[in-house]
Amino acid sequence: MSIVVCAEQRDGSLRKITFEALSTGKRLAEASGETLKALLIGNGIAGLADELKKYGVDEVAVVDNAALGAYTADAYAAVLAAYVAQENPALVLFGHSSFGKELAPRAAAKVDCGLVSDCIDINFADGDYLFKHPVYAGKAIGNYKVAGPVRMATLRPNVFPIVESAGAGAVVNFATDIPAAKVTVTGTMMASGDRPELTEADIICSGGRGLGGPEGFKLIEALADALGAAVGSSRAAVDAGWREHAAQVGQTGKVVSPNLYVASGISGAIQHLAGMGSSKVIVGINKDGEANIFNVADYGVEGDLNKIIPALIEKLKELQ
Amino acid sequence: MKIVACIKQTFDTEAKIVVGGNGQISDEGVNLIVNPYDEFAVEEAIRTKEKNGGEVVVVTVGGDKAQEALRYCLAMGADRAVLIQDAAMVGADSRAVSIALAKLLSEKEAGYDIIFTGKEAVDDGAAQVPSRLAEKLDLAQANVVTALSLADGKATATCEIDGGSEILEMALPALISAQKGLNEVRYPSLPGIMKAKRKPLEVLSLSDLGLSADDVASKVVLAAAELPPARKAGQRLTGEVDEVVAKLVKLLKEEAKVI
Repeated sequence: MSIVVCAEQRDGSLRKITFEALSTGKRLAEASGETLKALLIGNGIAGLADELKKYGVDEVAVVDNAALGAYTADAYAAVLAAYVAQENPALVLFGHSSFGKELAPRAAAKVDCGLVSDCIDINFADGDYLFKHPVYAGKAIGNYKVAGPVRMATLRPNVFPIVESAGAGAVVNFATDIPAAKVTVTGTMMASGDRPELTEADIICSGGRGLGGPEGFKLIEALADALGAAVGSSRAAVDAGWREHAAQVGQTGKVVSPNLYVASGISGAIQHLAGMGSSKVIVGINKDGEANIFNVADYGVEGDLNKIIPALIEKLKELQ
Repeated sequence: MKIVACIKQTFDTEAKIVVGGNGQISDEGVNLIVNPYDEFAVEEAIRTKEKNGGEVVVVTVGGDKAQEALRYCLAMGADRAVLIQDAAMVGADSRAVSIALAKLLSEKEAGYDIIFTGKEAVDDGAAQVPSRLAEKLDLAQANVVTALSLADGKATATCEIDGGSEILEMALPALISAQKGLNEVRYPSLPGIMKAKRKPLEVLSLSDLGLSADDVASKVVLAAAELPPARKAGQRLTGEVDEVVAKLVKLLKEEAKVI
């Protein structure tokens, strides 16, 4: 049997989460004795198979078809289910990205299998897979088992390490009927600029009510640019209309786990901590020395962010 | 139009989570709410009815307390409610919930034009039921929707995706999962709350739906829940701004090695 990674590409580039999933798949395949396969779906994407080979895959199955140029949940789920029917894998891995969040459950329903979403760890022990998935946005962690034969999981971005390794790396075409998609994609608007996407950013600079107003985010953006970081926001700042909801970090926003999370003017409500508590290093900048953020920050700076952040930006520029 | 909103009753987002001796999460003394994303779904369902006429049916899977969540939605303006309640559904996984909902919506409550759900529930954060339900009902779906227009039997939805958004068009019936931003959720009015008490709320068991406990046996089983390792407060950096900033950058570079 095999472990299958459903590769995620957008506009002809593979996303980082795919390498995280492949590296995890390889580790699990070594523990369970399965082979590692990748399924690559899209249009004009066959060339990406070489890039997948770097992460120890034994086989890349390619479905390259003009009808699959734009991702749609129903058509991609049909392709995936057909591949699962042929392959009968023990485990199928996806990223917990907007792509995987939608596709994995649709495919799981078609295959009629169990799926654990948003895993932060998966291990193979005593002949079974064990899945760790945070619940209540990380206020607790559930340990799950899934009754087979097929299991599916989506992986939280930025949590699983990327490890290159060797594999047989055969590339095969997978031929299947492709149903007409039930939805038509009529437009795509991607955020402009060079800032990384929030859920896959290594560094995130977030601002909250302490910024005093929407213009306060200019300071956060400048700091983010000095660090090559993404910009996040607390719920309070989103509710005040200072920032769009897509930037909200917390239980009713995005759950992130960057290497470095810089929280400026954020008090640290339980709702917010739930969304960023798994960050590797947290810096809190707040004028209120009693702010809850200091209870979780690795480095706490008490003071006026309007003075601290510009000085920090200057210092960071000196280093470059 | 027949408009369906699927909801889930969840813990309040401010709730502190306690893991009991049995390794399961305790709901003792926890305030229960309608999952915040599902409120956007119910609101959009009511707005759709206000524009196009028809009825709003709100459905959920849960226990006795879930009736309160349904009554809240009725007070917001939904017309009637269906609760799927069965001992075999306690602790059900997303697969089981979508099987029960799909059975209800394809038989007893067939003939819907549009189904609204929240994009995910704030408790398990799985985001599985919308996609699973769409697949089981063979429907088009738009996920994480922040804007929606309906015209001529078609839905046009703006969906949030990583790093941007996408516009999808589809014929009705379709399933729409709501994201914050889709609308401003109303509070129930006092007359709304009074009226809600008399609105129909039907409770159905699995056998009423023609399902057995085996049909909904969970494939995903929670072995045990645990609390995450507590983060400890780290160092507090004090002094003049320049001094503090220099210290911070040095620590981030040399100790934490993150920049």
